Amino acid sequence: MTLLTAMFFYLFSGVAIGAALMVISSRNPVHSVLFLILAFFNAAGLFMIAGAEFLALILIVVYVGAVAVLFLFVVMMLDVDFVELRQGFLQYLPVGSVVGLVLIGELLIVLGASIISPETAGTALQPIPDPAIRSNTAALGDVLYTHYIFYFQLAGLVLLVAMIGAIVLTLHHRPKVQRQNISDQVARTKETSIEVKQVESGRGI
Amino acid sequence: MEAGFFDTYIWPGIVIFAQSLLMLVALLITVAYIIYADRKIWAAVHLRRGPNVVGPWGLLQSFADMLKFVFKEPIIPAASSKVVFLLAPLISVTMAFAAWAVIPVNENWVVADINVGILYVFAFSSLEVYGVIMGGWASNSKYPFLAALRSAAQMVSYEVSIGFVIVTVLLCVGSLNLTDIVLAQQVGIGTNLGMPNSFLDWHWLPLFPMFIIFFISTLAETNRPPFDLVEAESELVAGHMVEYSSTPYMLYMLAEYVSILLLSSLMVILFLGGWLPPVDIAVLNWVPGIIWFVGKVFMVFFMISMVKVFVPRYRYDQLMRLGWKVFLPISLFMVFATALVLLLTGTA
Repeated sequence: MTLLTAMFFYLFSGVAIGAALMVISSRNPVHSVLFLILAFFNAAGLFMIAGAEFLALILIVVYVGAVAVLFLFVVMMLDVDFVELRQGFLQYLPVGSVVGLVLIGELLIVLGASIISPETAGTALQPIPDPAIRSNTAALGDVLYTHYIFYFQLAGLVLLVAMIGAIVLTLHHRPKVQRQNISDQVARTKETSIEVKQVESGRGI
Repeated sequence: MEAGFFDTYIWPGIVIFAQSLLMLVALLITVAYIIYADRKIWAAVHLRRGPNVVGPWGLLQSFADMLKFVFKEPIIPAASSKVVFLLAPLISVTMAFAAWAVIPVNENWVVADINVGILYVFAFSSLEVYGVIMGGWASNSKYPFLAALRSAAQMVSYEVSIGFVIVTVLLCVGSLNLTDIVLAQQVGIGTNLGMPNSFLDWHWLPLFPMFIIFFISTLAETNRPPFDLVEAESELVAGHMVEYSSTPYMLYMLAEYVSILLLSSLMVILFLGGWLPPVDIAVLNWVPGIIWFVGKVFMVFFMISMVKVFVPRYRYDQLMRLGWKVFLPISLFMVFATALVLLLTGTA
């Protein structure tokens, strides 16, 4: 790692950790989401340093550009009562800390594996194949669309089912609601919409 | 040791800084003149004179406007969320400028020639929506908030079709690098029919429906008329910018025009052959590539400007219908069709 990469690594990871702390400590939920976006952004920066430029930009496009926007949307429109939110804090603290401890433990096992078995040291940091030989966009494409195409399609199918489920649950066809039919509107002509009458004077229609 | 440090860090840093500064200054001057051009074109269609007082033919109008904005008092609403309120226009303008780092204006004339250039531009143009949402929310006022919701939905919707349009071009090129995309347009339909390199090789011809979809999505993505529902005066006053004044307001306008230029130049790179001359003859090849690039960008901007004059504003439900029910199926089908054609002709 050169000096410059190290500097950027500490910058990105420092801001990411700070932003993550602010997500849970900030009083305003909208500010929390904005800090979450900042954390995403810095995580993308870390990916970039690790040489995974495709993943970094996809993280920004998908999470920051689309998912977080919808998140922000929902949070902005919710009328959140802060006092009520804070009352539940102590009640959920034990459960929350257990989940946090389990996550920390798992991370330690994954990242600290080289202490237990020294022969795995450094494997986590070396992308296969080397980005200098093959761009990681192409490498990812190989893995996703060639070696694991069926799993990939299965994942797509699961998402499709979830989407159909969400639409079915929220779609109500209420009667007596006037809807517009675009093709009907476009198909209107002079003949179907205007009727010319010869009115005799003094008699009306 | 000392010389090595200078050569590795300081000198490249100075070069990149100088290149970025040059790009920034060039962009700011271009924005000043495309705003002037926009107003002049609009005026010409209305049979008015347009800006004609400041400087010869009104050429200095944009600079006078800028000075006026800068010297006005910025007013921050008392009930607003102040940090977010001031951060929002800054984010807008930063995202708009940051995307320009990877735009090649001529062969090898690019600040950062990265492998995933097109994704980078797409990522940063999708971040511009945050300026609008944050501004609308932080103003703590009804109209900006409604406008922010509208525009967020609009920009996210049209990003989907822009994404698919980009995918079709990428299928044809096989690279995410913007320079490669331009160079891939040296050969195409025209050369396959035995003609010399010309504008018939560029992607607009084989991918014609996507060219149109990209153009219309550009209008929607940058909130230009006829899709400027964010700033529909009759309904929402000035949209997310109602509470903004002086320099923050100017930053929003600057970001809007910079992103219009960005998407115009993206259109030139993806479909109109970037800096390649329209016909491969000696006279046109002597003209530097940047002239062709800028000329093409101005041509696209002229079209965008004319649309503003000609087309009445869309209704919001029509806009959403166009995005999701017309453009999305067409672009999805075109991705499939392009891939199929490439597979059958064996060029994939």
